[in-house]
Amino acid sequence: MSLIAITEVKKRFGDNEVLKGISVDIAPGEVVAIIGKSGSGKSTLLRCINGLETIDEGSIVVAGAQFLPDEVHLKALRLKVGMIFQQFNLFPHLTAGGNVMLSQMVVKKTPKKDAEAVARKMLDRVGLAHKFDALPDELSGGQQQRVAIARALAMQPIALLCDEITSALDPELVAEVLAVVKELAAEGMTLVMVTHEMRFARDVCSRVVFMHQGRVHEIGAPEDVFANPRTPELRQFLGVQ
Amino acid sequence: MTYQFDFGWLIDSLPVLLKGIRITVQLILIGAVFGVALGIACAWVRALGPKWLKPVVATYVELIRNTPFLIQLFFIFFGLPSLGIRMSELSAANLAMIVNLGAYSCEIIRAGIQATPRGQFEAGASLAMTPFQTFWHVVLVPALQRIWPALSSQIVIVMLGSAVVSQIAAEDLTFAANFIQSRNFRAFETYIVSTLIYLALAILLRQMLAGLGWMLFLRKASR
Repeated sequence: MSLIAITEVKKRFGDNEVLKGISVDIAPGEVVAIIGKSGSGKSTLLRCINGLETIDEGSIVVAGAQFLPDEVHLKALRLKVGMIFQQFNLFPHLTAGGNVMLSQMVVKKTPKKDAEAVARKMLDRVGLAHKFDALPDELSGGQQQRVAIARALAMQPIALLCDEITSALDPELVAEVLAVVKELAAEGMTLVMVTHEMRFARDVCSRVVFMHQGRVHEIGAPEDVFANPRTPELRQFLGVQ
Repeated sequence: MTYQFDFGWLIDSLPVLLKGIRITVQLILIGAVFGVALGIACAWVRALGPKWLKPVVATYVELIRNTPFLIQLFFIFFGLPSLGIRMSELSAANLAMIVNLGAYSCEIIRAGIQATPRGQFEAGASLAMTPFQTFWHVVLVPALQRIWPALSSQIVIVMLGSAVVSQIAAEDLTFAANFIQSRNFRAFETYIVSTLIYLALAILLRQMLAGLGWMLFLRKASR
């Protein structure tokens, strides 16, 4: 039984069809990397899974929660999948702890004390327990991204979507974020990540999806996809002849 | 220049003057709190609210921003009684100031909301917050922080503009000054005193708003 079932999804921006019928099933505990050139639709696909973009055709079901564009269904879907963004998107007026506590209190109506306990636990999990009272602009990019991960985890999602989460980071900060993601993967969290970290995809992911012009062009285990690219497009993308 | 300055009247007129100050302060406090609240509500509608409400708010905002405050005040105090809506001078003055500041602050706050990076809305949404929850908990405070200096100026403008409520006999500071002047015929002295009081009030109000902004937005040091 797949955890995330994406079936024949089509998405258009005006006349531009960016997703031309995508079908991917993701099992619980899988770590899936979506790779591809910019404009291939990989970020759009990820955003659809969390309902940040609407879809024109097809269906997306996450653990029984069907994506329908109304508030009730969106909330149910988003409670199951957390999302982490390229630009972190921390709330600038709240401390790291406040960022992790907010949605628990607002959405789940968790009492403040319990939310704080969860926030401390989650910040500890990403190695930032000591930054509970720091404001986002007092943190490095890598630390901000780890707070964002803690914030998503605090909602206890069953899957995490990562949208190029290391692309806005200085090279020396990438490792600390990927280490956290790797740990989550080891703990059995289902992860779907759009990434340019090919090495990370090869080492950590259970499956790689190569998207090209709005379609799933190749899909398979990382050792196959990276070692034996079957199509010229993937070969070109990977820079191998 | 043979004019003899005389401030002797000040002692006798002090109670009237103090009452005028009290009324003016009261007007601006009530006007600012409810006016900004109204402005926030209207800004939400214009930036993020339901489509059907937008034209209603837009009409209100444009109506107020493109007509004189004095006429708005006259309409509320002299016009509305024809519809059976009667109120005291002070209530009319309060209402006029709230309605006026509501419209101007709506546009200022809306600018702050619209300058919010899209990622903030998306982060809120991805955490399963409703659009309104995201607005209230995520967007509003940074939006107010962005436009706080402009909003503070507008509040001071409305405070100074409150002088015209004396025209419907609301007993504010200007009313008191006019009243005193009509008794002592010391126009220069009376109005220079009231000018200085307005100046002091305006500076005080700015300081208070700056302090409030600091409390709301920049608690870093005292956190």
